[in-house]
Amino acid sequence: MSVDTATVKKIASLARIAITEEDATRLAPELGNILGWIEQLGEVDTQGVEPMTAVIPNQLRLRDDVVNDGGIRDLLMQNAPQAEHGFFTVPKVIE
Amino acid sequence: MTDLTTLGITAIRDGVRDGQFKAREVAEAFNAKVAGARALNAFLVETPDHALAAADAADAARAAGETLKPLAGVPIGMKDLFATKGVATTAASKILEGFVPPYESTVSQNLWNAGAGMLGKLNLDQFAMGSSNETSAFGNVISPWRRPNDTAPLAPGGSSGGSSTAVSAGLAPGATGTDTGGSIRQPAAFTGISGIKPTYGRCSRWGTIAFASSLDQAGPMARDVRDCAIMLEAMAGFDAKDATSLKLDVPNWEAALSADLKGKKVGVPKEYRVDGMPAEIEALWQQGIDWMRDAGAEIVEVSLPHTKYALPAYYIIAPAEASSNLARYDGVRYGLRDLPEGAGLQDMYAATRAAGFGDEVKRRILIGTYVLSAGFYDAYYTQAQKVRTLIARDFERAFGECDVLLTPTAPSAAFALGEKQADPLAMYLNDVFTVPASLAGLPAMSVPGGLDKDGLPLGLQIIGKALDEQGVLNASLAIEQRAGFTARPQAWW
Repeated sequence: MSVDTATVKKIASLARIAITEEDATRLAPELGNILGWIEQLGEVDTQGVEPMTAVIPNQLRLRDDVVNDGGIRDLLMQNAPQAEHGFFTVPKVIE
Repeated sequence: MTDLTTLGITAIRDGVRDGQFKAREVAEAFNAKVAGARALNAFLVETPDHALAAADAADAARAAGETLKPLAGVPIGMKDLFATKGVATTAASKILEGFVPPYESTVSQNLWNAGAGMLGKLNLDQFAMGSSNETSAFGNVISPWRRPNDTAPLAPGGSSGGSSTAVSAGLAPGATGTDTGGSIRQPAAFTGISGIKPTYGRCSRWGTIAFASSLDQAGPMARDVRDCAIMLEAMAGFDAKDATSLKLDVPNWEAALSADLKGKKVGVPKEYRVDGMPAEIEALWQQGIDWMRDAGAEIVEVSLPHTKYALPAYYIIAPAEASSNLARYDGVRYGLRDLPEGAGLQDMYAATRAAGFGDEVKRRILIGTYVLSAGFYDAYYTQAQKVRTLIARDFERAFGECDVLLTPTAPSAAFALGEKQADPLAMYLNDVFTVPASLAGLPAMSVPGGLDKDGLPLGLQIIGKALDEQGVLNASLAIEQRAGFTARPQAWW
């Protein structure tokens, strides 16, 4: 499996991680190695096998549709890198 | 007067209850030990006051004649993957530097409710991704163990490397760990301590920083099997805040401990006899088989035919889930923000994540993003989930013929820091024996079995049926009693 730098840049962009040209050059063979090794899974005959969804049988529970938490806006905003007037602030998105 | 830091959880609990010493004396002794061991870099945050407050509460309860809580007077270390209210929690990543949770994780809250106190937050591989504790953004944890006449720093294992170091160096009688593919068991094996990953769903994941949600499980790391049983009882339990939490009562595992394995069958999976396994590991495994027989068990050879596919399946599923879970770190609501001059919102996300995540975390996010991307999803992710079904089926079949499985925990003893860093794949292979049980959600434990030629600890692993932590603990206890493992690292720090 070979991964080229264009692919690395595309994945990084999907993952929202900025990478430099050098990063892409270093990562391409690394990711290629790992993906190449992973590809051995293709050998396994999985005809008619259901993909696992829950590892231990468990019941999905419903809870009452009521507000059971909240009212702690200021507490939650304390960790924001930037907040104003009770809002998280981000760079301007609309020109 | 004995050095109180030589005592384990059981001895501390009983000693405080019986008035042999005060809980405050215990907390003070461990606080001093922690402060004197900074060269090991096991703790990211020290919280001596938390330990003292819990100790004082225990002493006051005893003075008032109240029944003491199950962990009254026992100070522990908390892996820094558990959110602790008012105490910085970073998952050893720069992207969470400065984050102080306004809430408490269920597992840590359960421990405080049981009377335990916190000595501090323990270093780990960044976001629990690693097998050597070298991916922490805040420096490597150094194992207290060394090879003879050699000062080369050794890996404490990972990802719970701060936990394994703290317990084996006597800085804490017990510590929390989390295990996604072996992160409790492999570090326990590397440092000569015990650690159990319970059945998936026993311990709530609420407030535990997520890595791979279908695999993550918390568990205890301590000096012996009984200490682990006591601590696990306090950590486990149903929690409505975790949709995968099992609505079951927590058994009294400590009370039912028994090393008598008469009538039990111990399975030895032939596929775990991998090429290139060091002779010492092979010999220890054989020793373990003899110990099981000596404890009254019958040995049966079993087959887990899909074992060799467990690791590649894991390295699709875990990164896929991680890439999704770690999407939340965007520089908006908490943690780091990197806003280059004139950058827009998308650039801010990308710059923040580039600056905040370490190399291994980025590598796994990229792998996860790739295997989940359009056109590749079925070939990688769906196929891996099908293989996961086959691996779980292998275990089910094997447990038709036996009660527990016995294997080595790791394919080698502790390696030197830096030794495997250049090759991510070589590092991933450390988890070859621990990952299959993780994929199947089964309880599994590592106990020390002996020392290698360099005097470094080696561990044996017991894997049990779903919900049969008791069977795992009992078989582990049988090994513990026969191994008579008492080796401790000599303090050089």
